Amino acid sequence: MKTIKNIGLVIFLIGLAIFTVLPVIGTYKISSTDFSEFVNEKGIKSDLFISDLEKNVVNQSFDGMLAFAPIITDALEKANAQHRKNKEYKKVIYTKPHDMAAQLGKKAGSGFIVENKGLMWFLTFGLGIIGALLFILPNVVLLGQKGIKNDGIYHESSTNKGWVAWLVFIFLVGFYLILYFRSEYAVNWTYLVDPISESLSGNPAGHWFVYGFMYCVVMTVMAVRMYIKYRHNIYQIVRTTSVLFFQIVFAFLIPEIMVRLQMPYYDFKNAFPLDYDFFFQWNLKSLINSGGIGMFILFWGIILTLVIVPVMVYFFGKRWYCSWVCGCGGLAETLGDPYRQHSSKSLFSWKVERWLIHSVLLFALVMTGMTLYSFFSETGTVLGFKTSGVQNTYSLLIGSVFAGVIGTGFYPIFGNRVWCRFGCPLAAYLGFVQRFKSRFRITTNGGQCISCGNCSTYCEQGIDVRAYAQKGENIVRSSCVGCGVCSAVCPRGVLKLENGPEEGRINPTQVLLGNDPDLMELVNKK
Amino acid sequence: MEHIVIIGNGISGVTVARHIRKLSDKKITIISAETDYFFSRTALMYIYMGHMKFEHTQPYENWFWKKNRIELVKGYVKHVHTGANKVELADGTAIDYDKLVIATGSKPNKFGWSGQDLEGVQGLYSKQDLDNLEKFAPDKETCKRAVIVGGGLIGIEMAEMLRSRKIPVTFLVREDSFWNGVLPSGESALINEHIQEHHIDLRLGTNLVEILSDENGRAKAVVTDKGDTIACDVVGLTAGVSPNIDFLKESDIELGRGVKVNRLLETSAKNVYAIGDCAEQHEAIGNRRPIEAVWYTGRMMGETLAQTLCGNPTEYKPGHWFNSAKFLDVEYQTYGWVFSERGMKEYEQHFHWRHSKEKICITVAFHKESKLFLGINTFGIRMRHEIFDKWLTEERSVDYVMEYLKDANFDPEFYKQYEGEIVAKYNSEFGTSINPKKKSWKRIFSNA
Repeated sequence: MKTIKNIGLVIFLIGLAIFTVLPVIGTYKISSTDFSEFVNEKGIKSDLFISDLEKNVVNQSFDGMLAFAPIITDALEKANAQHRKNKEYKKVIYTKPHDMAAQLGKKAGSGFIVENKGLMWFLTFGLGIIGALLFILPNVVLLGQKGIKNDGIYHESSTNKGWVAWLVFIFLVGFYLILYFRSEYAVNWTYLVDPISESLSGNPAGHWFVYGFMYCVVMTVMAVRMYIKYRHNIYQIVRTTSVLFFQIVFAFLIPEIMVRLQMPYYDFKNAFPLDYDFFFQWNLKSLINSGGIGMFILFWGIILTLVIVPVMVYFFGKRWYCSWVCGCGGLAETLGDPYRQHSSKSLFSWKVERWLIHSVLLFALVMTGMTLYSFFSETGTVLGFKTSGVQNTYSLLIGSVFAGVIGTGFYPIFGNRVWCRFGCPLAAYLGFVQRFKSRFRITTNGGQCISCGNCSTYCEQGIDVRAYAQKGENIVRSSCVGCGVCSAVCPRGVLKLENGPEEGRINPTQVLLGNDPDLMELVNKK
Repeated sequence: MEHIVIIGNGISGVTVARHIRKLSDKKITIISAETDYFFSRTALMYIYMGHMKFEHTQPYENWFWKKNRIELVKGYVKHVHTGANKVELADGTAIDYDKLVIATGSKPNKFGWSGQDLEGVQGLYSKQDLDNLEKFAPDKETCKRAVIVGGGLIGIEMAEMLRSRKIPVTFLVREDSFWNGVLPSGESALINEHIQEHHIDLRLGTNLVEILSDENGRAKAVVTDKGDTIACDVVGLTAGVSPNIDFLKESDIELGRGVKVNRLLETSAKNVYAIGDCAEQHEAIGNRRPIEAVWYTGRMMGETLAQTLCGNPTEYKPGHWFNSAKFLDVEYQTYGWVFSERGMKEYEQHFHWRHSKEKICITVAFHKESKLFLGINTFGIRMRHEIFDKWLTEERSVDYVMEYLKDANFDPEFYKQYEGEIVAKYNSEFGTSINPKKKSWKRIFSNA
């Protein structure tokens, strides 16, 4: 079994290595016909840019994106600078330099990778999946009898912030940086999944398709790990299945199929304000212009946020969304599960958390207010602030850096719910409802707590569960996503997620059950 | 300002300190030689197994003590001079007190076995025990085999710990079935099977004769009364614990096996109190033992004594007995009294149900004639403490308990529930026709 695991690890690492090296290898060569086609398609009017590329790029072969991309970005920046200087604004190209490099790169890619998409898919995704499964499946036997098995988590480099964890950290952060800020380096990855994208939406893959596909693959493989680790725990199995279903069907397949049917790309479960650009002008316009389905999406999006979300949270707590439906939660619960113990439980972190998450919510709300004001009054500024400037700031700081680079990249160091805990504006909104008007709580079981600390250690949201359990107090915290792991790891059966009557949900106690009732009365009277 | 000195920073000592602070402004000092800060010793095993780090076992952050003005002194108390209201530490410093609380807990039992003090022979109670285990049994290469002596809760925990690092374990149990002084036979049998399925070499009805030493004064083997010599590198002595009170032998505080206390937790010396594992009641409370080395009783004594010390004299009155534990992968809970065959009362009758495949079972004890519900043991099913506490207070019949058993289920959502099967078996055994009632929130939260 150990051997199978090791073979799996090697296969996985080979797949990962090939995947990792792809951004910087490959051949890029664009023919003059392809190039003029591209210029026409994009409506590029800059003669400077066109002639520059015709001289330096067209019909020439480049080894790797590192050689190719800088020429494009330089040419674009130089051409734009010249046009601006000459006040030839019609000639200025508004596509961002790195996007231009990515788009041209996609056209220019040639050679082995492009000609062997299927094989390359197998050598990257294929080997990765096979290797990971070979690594994970032996646990059915190795974990022994069913039951919570956290043996050795703090002895392993990968799960105890050792060098493996730091490598994973560097890889994840690097991956997100490419995805968000240097998409031209993702061009080779897009070839791997072109056939899949074409079969779904009819279009070749972009870097976000790569991300979406990879997200589903990673979640599925890691869900297998969850199924094995928590095979005795029906709650975890049902929850993992649910979150996987919503990721693959709702977040991945439906939007692609909608594009194929010439409808807007939309993820029906992504609620505002997590879906912060729902009310952005381009989205509203696109929805309004898409006829019936567009209006339905507009209506659904608003109902989802204003009615469905709070009503569901009232009955089930925010777990129905954060742990059963949400994609960010889905990745955290599958890929992030090995790192859940790293979320800080200190009082300091709790203070930071409350300030940060509510600030992001406020930011999102103010931005949306400005956006809507701008939309209806058709002005670009509100009280002297440029709406688009605020939107761009949010997209960069919150949408890209916080949610992506930090939110996921920092899993191995800060735990798996960094984004959900500190940044997600929807989580903050759900949290208000959960804390003040909900039937959900984590019930504690009288005086059975022995303060061992398993619950707090494995709480991914950094809640000091033990602090409540050892007092016999129900846990009503806005940050709890109801993952159920505190209950799973408790050796004494102290914790249970419950949707019960609201009355008696909050039960501050001075003396725990077990002492004579006279004493309880005495103390409570004081 | 009155100065309260507490010896011991375990659950009892820390609980009394915390509650005194809640109720008053007194000066509080806690003395301990074990660790700088309070930690949960019930979690020591999880540190060795790699589930947690030591800091995770500390329920309060390090700033907590200063903020709450609880002074911590690291030191070992050598003498208590009750006449002079003074404790003397091993390093010679003396600390004056107005009130003294002895909360020094337990130490592992040793029954005079030859070789019991060798290197590599240890119990599992203190942080130092854990450090020793890490030293002598860090992996299966250093520790080729471990022998554990004593068939109780700490013994099985120690076996689980060592097995988590693949160290072969031989488990010597004096009784002919695991923990059958406490557990009824069906349950004891279930745990026997469970232990063996975890590849632990369980030897029932076997006593330790002596521990053999190598030339460096380290344990190298044990000899059993069956004539076997078992080579090993670590010997775990887990045959129970006894009060850790040797330092009081020269004081004038009345001692039995523990520090003798009355219901107010007062010792024979004025202004000296004892709580937790080291306290011994003059007379046992109900079916409880005079000395109860249980986590929650230590906590409750702390809560109670804090009331007394803050001007509200309060007797220690534990409510209905309850407890819980985990045997490797099987959780155990008990509410009320279910005695083993050995300790069974003459009026006590049992109903036992066991799942056909899984390690799940329950035993319900009730009064033969009156059918009064006496207690329940559950294995692999979680039950709701409040409900059983209420039913015991209300003196419900066993039939009632069966009928409303679903109210008491505390298993996580979507878990399979077995009340139907349990009640069906009960009906067929006792000729009743009870229909289990659906779970009702109203009943669960209605007050007794």
